[in-house]
Amino acid sequence: MQWTKIGTLNDIPQRGARCINTPAGKVAVFRTANDQIFAIEDHCPHSGGPLSQGIVHGDAVTCPLHNWVISLKTGEAQGADEGKVTTLPVRIEDGKVLLQLKPAEMMANKELA
Amino acid sequence: MAEKLVVIGNGMAPGRALERLLEAAPDRYEITIFNAESRVNYDRIMLSPVLSGEKKFEEIVIHGDGWYIKHNVMLYKGFKVTKIDRDAKIVTAEDGTTAEYDKLIIATGSVPFIIPVPGHNLPGVLTYRDLDDVNAMLIAARSGGNAVVIGGGLLGLEAAAGLSDQGMDVTVLHLMPSLMERQLDPTAGYMLQKAIEQRGIKVITQANTKEIIATDDGRGIKAVKLDDGTEIPAGLVIMAAGIKPNAGIAKDAGLETNRGILVDKFMRTSDPDIMALGECVEFDGNVYGLVAPLYEMADMVAKSLIGEETDGFIDKALATKLKVTGIDLYSAGDFADDEDRQEIVLRDAANGIYKRLVLKDNKIIGAVLYGDTADGVWFFQMIKDGTDISEMRDTLIFGPAFAGGAAQDPTALVAALPDDAEICGCNGICKSTITSAITDQNLSSLDDVRSHTKASASCGTCTGLVEQLLTLTLGDAYDPTAIPAMCGCTDLGHGDVRRLIQTKKLKSIPALMQELEWKSAGGCAKCRPALNYYLLADWPGEYEDDSQSRLINERVHANIQKDGTYSVVPRMWGGITSSGELRAIADVVDKFDIPTVKCTGGQRIDMLGVKKEDLPAVWGDLNAAGMVSGHAYAKGLRTVKTCVGTDWCRFGTQDSTGLGVKIEKFMWGSWTPAKVKMAISGCPRNCSEATCKDVGVICIDSGYEIHFAGAAGLDIKGTEILGHAQSEDETIEIIAALVQLYREQGYYLERIYKWAKRVGVETIQAAMIEDNENRAALYDRFIFSQKFSQQDPWSQRASGKDKHEFKPMATISISQAAE
Repeated sequence: MQWTKIGTLNDIPQRGARCINTPAGKVAVFRTANDQIFAIEDHCPHSGGPLSQGIVHGDAVTCPLHNWVISLKTGEAQGADEGKVTTLPVRIEDGKVLLQLKPAEMMANKELA
Repeated sequence: MAEKLVVIGNGMAPGRALERLLEAAPDRYEITIFNAESRVNYDRIMLSPVLSGEKKFEEIVIHGDGWYIKHNVMLYKGFKVTKIDRDAKIVTAEDGTTAEYDKLIIATGSVPFIIPVPGHNLPGVLTYRDLDDVNAMLIAARSGGNAVVIGGGLLGLEAAAGLSDQGMDVTVLHLMPSLMERQLDPTAGYMLQKAIEQRGIKVITQANTKEIIATDDGRGIKAVKLDDGTEIPAGLVIMAAGIKPNAGIAKDAGLETNRGILVDKFMRTSDPDIMALGECVEFDGNVYGLVAPLYEMADMVAKSLIGEETDGFIDKALATKLKVTGIDLYSAGDFADDEDRQEIVLRDAANGIYKRLVLKDNKIIGAVLYGDTADGVWFFQMIKDGTDISEMRDTLIFGPAFAGGAAQDPTALVAALPDDAEICGCNGICKSTITSAITDQNLSSLDDVRSHTKASASCGTCTGLVEQLLTLTLGDAYDPTAIPAMCGCTDLGHGDVRRLIQTKKLKSIPALMQELEWKSAGGCAKCRPALNYYLLADWPGEYEDDSQSRLINERVHANIQKDGTYSVVPRMWGGITSSGELRAIADVVDKFDIPTVKCTGGQRIDMLGVKKEDLPAVWGDLNAAGMVSGHAYAKGLRTVKTCVGTDWCRFGTQDSTGLGVKIEKFMWGSWTPAKVKMAISGCPRNCSEATCKDVGVICIDSGYEIHFAGAAGLDIKGTEILGHAQSEDETIEIIAALVQLYREQGYYLERIYKWAKRVGVETIQAAMIEDNENRAALYDRFIFSQKFSQQDPWSQRASGKDKHEFKPMATISISQAAE
């Protein structure tokens, strides 16, 4: 699997996210308050809400549609909700953000949803 | 140099006073406390659960040792002050320890009233005031046997129930004909006696204790003898015949005392440097034993210590609840018989239910509830508010469920629902899921239930049902009046947080989270938008809006839809538009292929299904035609709906359209706790439906009738009348001042009608209409904050602000992905 450069760390606001369009759907890349980077599918397991638009707190995001809280680390819904989004490998190298796509896995999840 | 503050006594009242003082002025005083008890401050009201074994001492501590260390307070535990030298300003304790003071607080509490019968000082005669008493009772109870409690009041009965739970045979002796006669009428007292007796406790009323008889060796008690000769075997006697203020030391120091230490409404004694509060004081002929007024006194003391002005302490109606598991008893206010009083009584002897309301001049002045106390808080509120009940008199006794015309007790209704009945429609949660979560996971509050089951966590319409399930499952253990925490990140409620932002001058989210000891690293989606609003409203011009703490709609200035597209609503001042604006809207719809165009309920046009990437360009085109953001997404001023008024209408009395436009142009852009919708009607026919809005105006010949606190959403509620204005300018000033007061007091997401319900419609009317100075000050603060909020967010973004919000960071092609 190869790493694709998608931008720089400064392109993403702290406690915020940016979207990446990919052939397998949208990916949301998050930057936390302490500059950790996470990438997950931009598709809430509940009803498909765009997680990239939610409020980022700690290493979790709250979906803007119905307030599900999704862990950015594991992709799993927190609290009483059950569900999981695909997480993607992402890393920073010299201030550049590199992403590894997992199209097959993302497509499979879509069909289930 | 900090002034020296010495406190004699460490009970709940001085504890609360110090808490308030340290919040407001942490370094102003060097504080020393003398506590005759050898421990920290604890919740004395909860001694009964400790005695019955339901709680441990650690669970009822209010301030642990750490609190005193953290606040640099010197606490002498087990030091009884014996002398106050007012000339030298020095207090001296039993062992000779001294402390100088600039200000002294006396909070020596009360002492139990010991009936001076022969044998009253035998070993085995205890009182019930503090933890030492409870421990002594627990030790005595271990060997079982017989106990006699002298006094059938609140404390005596709680002690009796606790000792009975600990396995003792208990007899209660009460001098009067019925139990708790100060809080209950004879009927309720009789029902209470039956319930107490059913628990295996004997009750003897009109029992005049004559002697406590010692064992033959004189080292203990054998029996209690009444004046009719009856002897009741007892190894333990609890004196619970009442309390009296502990004013001895104040009296010795030459302060004015009567039954208690005499204080004025600012809690000052006859010496200006000495204040007193709690059970030891006498104010206006009254002495106090319940916690609510003591906490009020504590606020007064804290405020005078920092030199803040107050209206002083007011003697208010009180409510009492008996803390004996399984007995529901509630009383409030004054329920003695009198000629000018009437009463409404409901009696269901078979089911053990008795309710009595005492009325005077169409107001409730007293309430006694037995067996079913669910409505107690509602009645008590009406006693405190002095609500006129003539309209609902016929159904008043049936409680709030009937006040609205509904015909069933809501809790009974919920109890009757089958286990698989859906309670929360939003999240599909059924009754049994909620009740089993409450029991299995020890949930005790609405917020607990929300975070564990999601029930009522979305739209909130089922909140009442969930609360009834809590009541049903937990009984008395559920206290809906407990102030809910803002979210899981803190134990503080919204009111506390707003107060602390002011007193501690907190001006950023990180500072606030640090100072108020937030439990999570960066808050959550519930508290962050609230905090951002509070700081924005409280520090205009100083606090910089944190867009990452805004919910998506306010961050991108459009409304997110279920498919992730957005809707766009341009402002149409007062609902007025033109051919030019309509043409521009039509062009935008065609150009950006917008699928739906719809009229809103607030007289605006809504374009739905706009792609996020298109938003800045859509706004750019609308701006070019002179239109700005309609804030249809904002917790702020949404729309001012109008009718055509004197311009066209043959009934119009004033220029309602023109006034609506003026108000909207003056107030747009202001952030508020929740959305604000307004309407102006040109005559009482009210075509713009002003009487169900957050703020409404009805024009009449003589001027403008200003309404507020209506609702027509999840709840439906007609408005309250705020006041009458003569001119447009006066109308605008009153409305702006009202909105400013709401901005300063409202809790995040609390609409105006809920805020008004919480703080009281009359309080708001008084602040707006009767107090011109206050109104002018509010108006000025509103104008000041508007200086920083009236920039069109659309034009800012159309010209490049927050670009990153509207564009993907990258697009990865199939070839890149396949590699």
